[in-house]
Amino acid sequence: MRKKKEAEVTKPAQDKATSVLHEIMAGDPVRIALSVLLGFIIGAIFMVVFDKNVVKAWADFGADPNYALSTVWWTISDGYGALFRGSILNFNGDEFATIIRPFTETLRFAAPLIMAGLGVALTFRVGLFNIGATGQILVGLAGATFVSTRLEMPIIIHMLASVFAAVLCAMLWGMIVGILKARTGAHEVIVTIMLNYVALSLFTYLLRQPNLLLEEGGGGTPKSDRPDGTARLGLLFGPEFQLHYGLIFAILAVVFYWWLMEKSTFGFRFRMVGHNPSAARAAGIKVENTFVWALAISAGFSGLAAANQGLSVDGGLTTSIEAGIGFDAITVALLGGSRAGGVVMAGLLFGAFKAGSSTMQVAGVSPEVLGVVKALIVLFIAAPPIIRAFYRLPVPGPKVFESAQKAKAAKVIK
Amino acid sequence: MKLELRNITKRFGTLVANDNISLTLAPGEILSLLGENGAGKSTLMNVLYGLLQPDEGQILIDDKEVKFSGPGEAMAAGIGMVHQHFMLIPVFTVAENVVLGHEPTGKVGNLDLEAARKLVKEISDRFGFDIDPDAKIEDLPVGAQQRVEIIKSLARDARILVLDEPTAVLTPQETDELMEIMRGLKANGTSIIFITHKLREVQKVADRIIVIRQGKVVSEASPKATAGELASLMVGREVDLDTKKKAPKIGPETLVVKDLTVLDDRNQQMVNGISFSVHDGEILAIAGVQGNGQTELAEAILGLRKIHSGSIEVAGQDLTKSNVRQVLEAGVGYIPEDRKKDGLVGQFSIAENLMLDGSFGKPFAKGVQIDFAKRDEIAEKLIEEFDIRTPSKDTLAKQLSGGNQQKVVVAREMSRDLKVLIASQPTRGVDVGSIEFIHEQIVAARDAGKTVVIISTELDEVLALADRIAVMYRGRIVGIVDAKTTREKLGKMMAGIAA
Repeated sequence: MRKKKEAEVTKPAQDKATSVLHEIMAGDPVRIALSVLLGFIIGAIFMVVFDKNVVKAWADFGADPNYALSTVWWTISDGYGALFRGSILNFNGDEFATIIRPFTETLRFAAPLIMAGLGVALTFRVGLFNIGATGQILVGLAGATFVSTRLEMPIIIHMLASVFAAVLCAMLWGMIVGILKARTGAHEVIVTIMLNYVALSLFTYLLRQPNLLLEEGGGGTPKSDRPDGTARLGLLFGPEFQLHYGLIFAILAVVFYWWLMEKSTFGFRFRMVGHNPSAARAAGIKVENTFVWALAISAGFSGLAAANQGLSVDGGLTTSIEAGIGFDAITVALLGGSRAGGVVMAGLLFGAFKAGSSTMQVAGVSPEVLGVVKALIVLFIAAPPIIRAFYRLPVPGPKVFESAQKAKAAKVIK
Repeated sequence: MKLELRNITKRFGTLVANDNISLTLAPGEILSLLGENGAGKSTLMNVLYGLLQPDEGQILIDDKEVKFSGPGEAMAAGIGMVHQHFMLIPVFTVAENVVLGHEPTGKVGNLDLEAARKLVKEISDRFGFDIDPDAKIEDLPVGAQQRVEIIKSLARDARILVLDEPTAVLTPQETDELMEIMRGLKANGTSIIFITHKLREVQKVADRIIVIRQGKVVSEASPKATAGELASLMVGREVDLDTKKKAPKIGPETLVVKDLTVLDDRNQQMVNGISFSVHDGEILAIAGVQGNGQTELAEAILGLRKIHSGSIEVAGQDLTKSNVRQVLEAGVGYIPEDRKKDGLVGQFSIAENLMLDGSFGKPFAKGVQIDFAKRDEIAEKLIEEFDIRTPSKDTLAKQLSGGNQQKVVVAREMSRDLKVLIASQPTRGVDVGSIEFIHEQIVAARDAGKTVVIISTELDEVLALADRIAVMYRGRIVGIVDAKTTREKLGKMMAGIAA
């Protein structure tokens, strides 16, 4: 192995940082499942500890130990039961539509998370830590809103044109990151954070312009008209459900992502650059261009999520329509191990959290518990050693002949 | 100080890296540990140095059992180690590096650099190291840096010195100097464990030789044994150290490099206006100590590094301004010196690695989709043809041994439609069996009329393969000589003395 002397001193630290990052972005399914489980367990502890009845029952534990224990059980099952009723099946309902409505709500919330999550996942696999989905969604929203409120077109075509505008605007926005990185070496994390701010202000600015996005007769509030009926994403299963055509776009996005990453030559090169950019370069791949394309396509997925948001509302749009999707998308991509199937599962889980939180509130459990669960899951995924320590898992290592020794030795040196 | 390792066993999962190894080291003795990569030499030394804990067995110093939970304790007990890759801070001076970690301090806890300087001066003078305590490490040649490492150990009163592949980075002359130093240390009562796979050096300096194979001590050999005998012990079967070669059938000039100048990432001239040409059916070996511009030369030919001035031509096609893909498509094959960094994607399967540069078209791709059936078919064929020892084509490249990884790279590069093959350190970190195989493949390519350029720092390899030898020193070609040139002369050329 060739090593430059200069690199020698800093090498171990860098190796550790990159290997942890790779471990996080690669996402081992077992570890992810255990992280989710641990998140729920700690969420349950929160519910129990801050429940008045439980605290009271445990204060006189001696009087009725059975009661004290059963309050714990009931609190947890009430809380998570409400989550289940709000997000999967509502057994209290008396007709079929009411029973399955929660699940369709989960799907509705999951769709944009999956679309934007795929975008972030794509950049993870190219070895980029893209946290710019928020900005890309906002710019996509601007595009979609302009086409859907200011242009007149026939039904369906108008909708498709609006979706296309969202995707295109987002892609151009994402491309800026790629070009800055390729040309100047700017780090994508910093660039995407800054562009998120720029996008938010830009969208607000556009929403205030009477000849661009501001609602007709609107005043000082940055708010658009509602999208034209011809441009709206129609309801999938009639007025009883809110689920709309965004779901179809999400399914198409998943299939496309899977094909792109696993079957196409583009995906092969994306993955190659992600795993080993210098080998990719030696194999004739223009790594910088790959970054630009990966970031553009990634942003395209976020643009799809933007279209889902901007073309499904009944009223006018404000910046709040982004609804934290760009940020959740990072979590979804991490949780999904950057694979198509994983992102779908993670998107459904987070969609369920969104769908179920109101039912939980009705059941007397503060839905913020879900926020804690969500954050903890990410925390555990981001710090693999915590999960390994909790479940006493072995340290993953190249289970190999020769290199096993060196890996071990390297670990010890660290 | 007497050292004994008794029945040391170290396991990693199911792999037994050290299997019941026992050895003794007398004061003032040079013991050579000889073995292939992965034989367990480094593991054993890491156990001795406290970096690893043995599963079984004992370490005895002067017949008393000791246990080291870390290198600090090993050092305190008088064991010093010079690693293959130096543990020095380039921007610090020699004195600062030597005292790093146990700095002498003045009255108020201030760093007493004067004491550090004195210490370095004293040791340097005692052994004739000729090291200036105030020189910055980055300004010193590699051989001197290695002496600083040795001083570091001696400064902590090491009585046993472990040298891990110390000659890998040295010129033949520097190697001779190191041998002298080793003899001087020995005369002073310091014991040395000398880890290497270079037979010639072992024969020169060792008092005793212990051969390790697959984690076991297979035999103790005398330094009088022939190179062939030692190699056979290392590998466990008869080895033919000479690569069989017919006389070359020289064809037309295919690779022409003219007045090439290349800068490195810090804009220093690494290749300094060199010119050479290589013919079809010929192997040109570029010899030289590592870091004299060979890496940059290879990268420039491949288009990985921008050419500052000069030109490169392959079969009449000007490739001076071409990018990597254009160079590859012009028929250049490239075996990089660091396969893990530039030659393979560890997380990819063997089948994927065999198509690394083939994603742009046939046979691996149909349009923008990978042709999986074709890919797997080609993988199966190449695994068979290039004798890649693997459970399956879907095994990840990182799980293969060094030799088999290198065979994957060789298979990929040689299976393309080649005109020119550039092979940089083609057998570095590769077991003897694979070295034989890879050398045969390279000679076969030359016999098939390809133009071959070998870049190697190992004189043995250069002499085994070359039809002509170009020696590089500080970015220039000192001379291009024929393959019968003596080692001594090549050694001088590698130090910059023109023939």
